[in-house]
Order: sequence, then structure tokens, then C-alpha cells
Amino acid sequence: MFKIVSKRQLNEAVTLMDIEAPYIAKKAKAGQFIIFRIDEYGERIPLTIADTDPAKGTVTIIFQAVGTSTIALSKMNEGDAIADFVGPLGNATEIEGYKNVCVVGGGVGCAIAYPSAKALFKAGAHVDMIAGFRNKDIVILEDEMRAVSHNLYVTTDDGSYGEKGFVTNKLQALIDAGNKYDLVIAIGPIPMMKFLAEVTRPYGIKTLVSLNPIMIDGTGMCGGCRVTVGGKIRFACVDGPDFDGHEVDFDELMRRNSYYKAQERESASHPCRMLAASEKASAAASEASKEDK
Amino acid sequence: MANLSLTKVPIPEQDPNIRNKNFDEVALGYTEEMAKEEATRCLNCKNRPCVSGCPVNVRIPDFIAQVAAGNFEEAYKIITSTNCLPAVCGRVCTQETQCESKCVRGMKGESVGIGRLERFVADYHMAHVSEPAPAIEKNGHKVAVIGSGPSGLTCAGDLARLGYEVTIFEAFHKAGGVLVYGIPEFRLPKAIVQKEVDNLEALGVEVRTNFVIGKTMTIDELFEEGYEAVFIGSGAGLPSFMGIEGESLIGVYSANEYLTRVNLMKAYLDNYDTPIRKSTAVAVVGGGNVAMDAARTAKRLGAEHVYIVYRRSEEEMPARAEEVHHAKEEGIEFMCLNNPTRILGSDSGEVRAIEVISMELGEPDASGRRRPVAIPGSEHEIEVDTVIMSIGTSPNPLIRSTTEGLDANSRGCLVADETMATSRPGVYAGGDAVTGAATVILAMGAGKTAAVSIDKYIKEKNNG
Repeated sequence: MFKIVSKRQLNEAVTLMDIEAPYIAKKAKAGQFIIFRIDEYGERIPLTIADTDPAKGTVTIIFQAVGTSTIALSKMNEGDAIADFVGPLGNATEIEGYKNVCVVGGGVGCAIAYPSAKALFKAGAHVDMIAGFRNKDIVILEDEMRAVSHNLYVTTDDGSYGEKGFVTNKLQALIDAGNKYDLVIAIGPIPMMKFLAEVTRPYGIKTLVSLNPIMIDGTGMCGGCRVTVGGKIRFACVDGPDFDGHEVDFDELMRRNSYYKAQERESASHPCRMLAASEKASAAASEASKEDK
Repeated sequence: MANLSLTKVPIPEQDPNIRNKNFDEVALGYTEEMAKEEATRCLNCKNRPCVSGCPVNVRIPDFIAQVAAGNFEEAYKIITSTNCLPAVCGRVCTQETQCESKCVRGMKGESVGIGRLERFVADYHMAHVSEPAPAIEKNGHKVAVIGSGPSGLTCAGDLARLGYEVTIFEAFHKAGGVLVYGIPEFRLPKAIVQKEVDNLEALGVEVRTNFVIGKTMTIDELFEEGYEAVFIGSGAGLPSFMGIEGESLIGVYSANEYLTRVNLMKAYLDNYDTPIRKSTAVAVVGGGNVAMDAARTAKRLGAEHVYIVYRRSEEEMPARAEEVHHAKEEGIEFMCLNNPTRILGSDSGEVRAIEVISMELGEPDASGRRRPVAIPGSEHEIEVDTVIMSIGTSPNPLIRSTTEGLDANSRGCLVADETMATSRPGVYAGGDAVTGAATVILAMGAGKTAAVSIDKYIKEKNNG
């Protein structure tokens, strides 16, 4: 069993937990993930590692309550324990050799963008960070992100906090203002990553995205997490989870992540208002799930 | 006087049209009377050809003689002196190509039902005897076993009996490897696997689940932790795909994923959260045992039509004849001499059909089987909403890519000699990780050999 050492609500839907897992804490690097299972009946759910404390032996996870398992986990408390917690899985984010980086997080994706920014910042890179949210109420990790970046730009869709607009607008503005990035890291809802990759494509800026497809084992065994990258099938668990954003087939990924939506089960996608289209899709999906209940 | 019946005493089975709607075990096992009767068919040959056909050298005629005499517990002791997983082997071993293929009775009529008798003896013991684990004096030497499948369990059991402090590291949350994630409940009840794991723990073996060697810890770190030798039994779990159009459509699974969802994650039970697709028509691509398992599972989950799509003819199928027979009884439809060319999707990205091309058999190829050749222009569609790819697996690269000096061949299989020693001193490997996808009993044989080698290695190291 793996103990929940501490719990903090970051916003209404997003929870932070420190889990006692000393071996993983010792080993994990930015970009890697764990798989948890609440109890005998639960699904195996992948979550990116947000932070670690090797001395205390804890691993920090930040998650949005969107499916059966994450909702159940969000209701657990300090001192409770979950059945399974395995990792660190996947490859660490490449941080060597970059001088000028822009790390972009969307919504709860900021929880995954944060450790990458932190690792790059510590490695001596100049780090700009753009963190996008729907509105003021759901802004998370602002102090933490500010501490690991040279400039933090917070945007909200409705302008209720920071700058009004989408992260894509902000990145475009920063590029237009003459910032020369040698790497952009984009982590958030799939449509956000897709459109961000389109912003950087004309400039040929290397763009890494972190993918979170449906998976079971996380060690290359099930093939459920396969994504098409550069026309080839890759497994996010062992070949990723970071991939070249200019090569990923995001539309296919979006379809595959909606695999079990109709069955109202755990889904890896996050609510996103960035695009009317995605809003509609998620509304349809939640309608479908209501009917299924 | 030997029983001269030319056929095995039939083993009771669930009716095909009932069992294809449940996950209970297909074969129900012999009664005591049936077992005794079958046992009298053994001629107790002097040269014991059956024993040489067994990768773990079970003293077959000896245990069968005890069954015939009604001394079932004696029979159990004889089997378990060389085979620590009899209830598993009695069910999933390919006896027909091993011990039973050498049986003299098989020259005229059917061989003795060695597998059925082994299963009976193991089940009898489980049902009637609960003995405390033998007290074993620990020798103070630590050995790490990676993977809790058939080779790892066997290696760990043998080393524990020799006094070693054995820790099994398992990546999944449950021990058993392919016995729990791959082989379905209706062929091998998971309670039986759990009992075998419990027996090992009673012997003092520690099982650490949720521990991925190569990620959570490397082999080098295991040595730093004081383990004196390591056995790698990590299997061949990486699924292959065909590389055809449409393999990423919604409704396409690897057999591994499909079976893992159902067997390990218990998606077939309502109180478990893991989902599985509700299919109407399913195409399973492949002709091995795993393909049969996937097809029979899909049928049990309620699919109206389940097709086996295989590019050669039934004669070349690698699956056990018994599995093919069971699958047919349960209503699985065989579409042999058909090779998939692409998978077709609907507008919403879901599978709507699989396109196949008809094949005919040409000259024998390197495998000795007649090579399937496509008939030009014979493409046709089979309407399905689910496709399960069961065309093979290869070893997982997580360990070899994180262990310096560990040699692998071009197919990714670890290189081990006849003692199961790898290119790294103190590191041994066996089972599918070395051979590529093979059988439970071959993996167990490798685990046994490795245990002997590891014992020798540690003794020499400490005395030298």
C-alpha cells in the first residue's frame, strides 16, 4: 500500500497529493510518470510526476478529478493509502543543451509543465513560462511556476486574471517581440498542444509535447498507448511520453482517447475551452456519459 | 493387468453452448475413479520415454503408479519433487508435443492422459491437504528474480528450497506474469495461480509487486543492494502489429491489451472499473494459442461473430489442437487462408470492417510450412467492429537497455548459454526473455536450470 502523506486542493477540481514511494522518489526525473490503482477494483491510471522529495521519500502528483479513479482518489485523505503506485515510467524530458526555452502549460497541464520548467531552470536555461487557464478561479501553481522561470505569463480565456487570451496568442506575441527560443515545451489539452505546434512550425522551433494516452501497464506490454508520430506507430509509455509536436497525429490521439467515453470510464483528456470545437466535443461526451449512467 | 482401452478416459467439460457465455473453467477434471482408471493405462515402461519428453523431468510412471494405487498424496510428492507448479502445468502444458508424444500407448490409440492426471493430483492436494511449509534453514545469500511468470516462480521456488533469500520483482500489481494477465480464467483459474504464489511466499520468497527493474531500480543497483545473483524472467511482452492501414482505429487491440483488460483487470466483471469494448463482430488475426484465447474471450463477452483470420491453413496453425477444437465447439468461425490488408474505419474513427486477401499455399518456407501466397485481386471485406492483433510478441527492452554488458540478439532476446548464464557474471536469464514467445513449461525448465546454476555460482564465489 502507498500512503497519502499530504493533500492540498489547488482549485475546485484539481488536487495535489504527496504519496509515500521512496524508490520512485529517488529515481524520478522530470517528464516521467507513475501508474496508480486505488484498490482491487480500480483501473490503472497514468499520471505525470509533478515533483519529488527524495529525502522524505515522497512523490507529488497533481490531478483533475475527471473519471472514476481520479474522482475516487480526490476524495481520499491524508493518512489513507492506495493499493498500487508504480514508476518512474517513460523517459525523462530532454533538458541538456537548451539555452532559451519557452514552457507552456494549459490548465492542469501546468502541473506537468512545472517540473520540466524546473529542471531546465536548474540546468541553467533561460525559461519563459506561459500558463493558460479558463478563468481566475482555476489558476494553479502560480508561485511555484514563477520560482522556476525568468518570466511567467499567465493568461485566462475570459481575462479575469493575467492577460486575456489563449497561450497560442501569447507565444506568438513573444516570438513576434523577438524572443528566439531553441525549444518550446507544450503540455495541456490535446487541442492546445496541436495549435501550439502550429504556432512554432513556421519558425522551425523544436516543440516537445507530453502525451497522456490510455494505457494499462506502462512498460510497453499492451500497446494501448500507441500514437502515430511522423507516420510511425510509437508507444507513449516506452518511446515517450514526450514527442516532437510537429510530427504527432493529434486528431488520431484525440479519437483514441475518447475510446471509452461512451462507457463513462476514466478518460485522459482535460476540459478545455480553447476551441469551440473541443468544447462541443466534450459536451457531447459528457452528455453521452450521462445517458450511459 | 494394464487397461487396454485405446482412448483416454474422457475429461468432463462444460457444455460448449453454456461455457461460451461464462468464464468458468472449461475442463472440470477427473474424479478419483476416472483418475485411477486412466492411470491403469500406463504400461510403466522401463525406458520411460515420457520422462525424456518433459522439460522438468517429472517422474511420470512413478506418480501414475501411485495414482493407480489411490495414493494421491504420494503422487503429488513425486511430481513436486521436480515440478513446483503442477496445477498450472496440468492445465496449460502442451503435453501432446512433449511427454504424451513419447508415450508408447500413443503408437496405437491415444497416449496416457498424463496432463489430466497431473492436474487431478495437484487439485486433489489443493482440496485435501494443507501442510505447513517446510522449515528451511536460510543460507544468508540474497538472489533477485525479475518477473513472476512461470520461469521466475520456478527459479525462485527452487532457490528458496536451497535456503536462499529470494526476492521476486514484478512490474504489475499482481504476481503470476502471463499466467494472470495472458491465459484466461476459463483455461487457468487465477485462484490456482494465487495458491502457487502463496506457496512460494510460505517458503519465504518475498514478492515485490509494482517494481519495474530497469526503471524503479536497475540490475546494477540490485547488486549494490546486496543481491549476489539475478535471474531475468521478464518474458516476451511487447506486442507486434502488422503495420497495415487502420491499426490505430478505435476498436483495434493487441491481444495483450485485450487479454490483460479481461484477465488481470477483470473487465468482464461489473464491479471492476476497467472498461472493455462491447463488440458485435470480432476478427482475431493470428493462429496461435493466444489468438484462440482472445477469440474465446471475445465470444464470452457477448460478440455474436468471432472470426479467426489466419493466413495459412488450419494444418499449419501453431495453436494446440485442443484449443482449436474447443474454440470451434464454442462457435468461433475460422477464416483460414486470409491475410489482412487493411482495417476500414467509420467517419468517427471506429472499426467497421477488415479487408483481407485470399491466400493459397505454395512451396515450403524456412519454417518447413507451406508458404502462403496472396491470390491477386481477391481482396474482400469482413464486417467487424473489433480487431484483435495476435501475431506475436517480442521481449521487452527495459532491462537490456538499462544494463550495460547484457547481450541480446537481433530479435531483442537476451543471450544465455545452456546454464542460463548471460554475458554478465551473476546474471542469468530464461523463459521467453531468452527464447522469444514459447511455452510455460519451457520457461519453467529454464527457471530450474538457472536455479541450479545460480546455486553453483554463489557457492563457488563464496568458497573461491
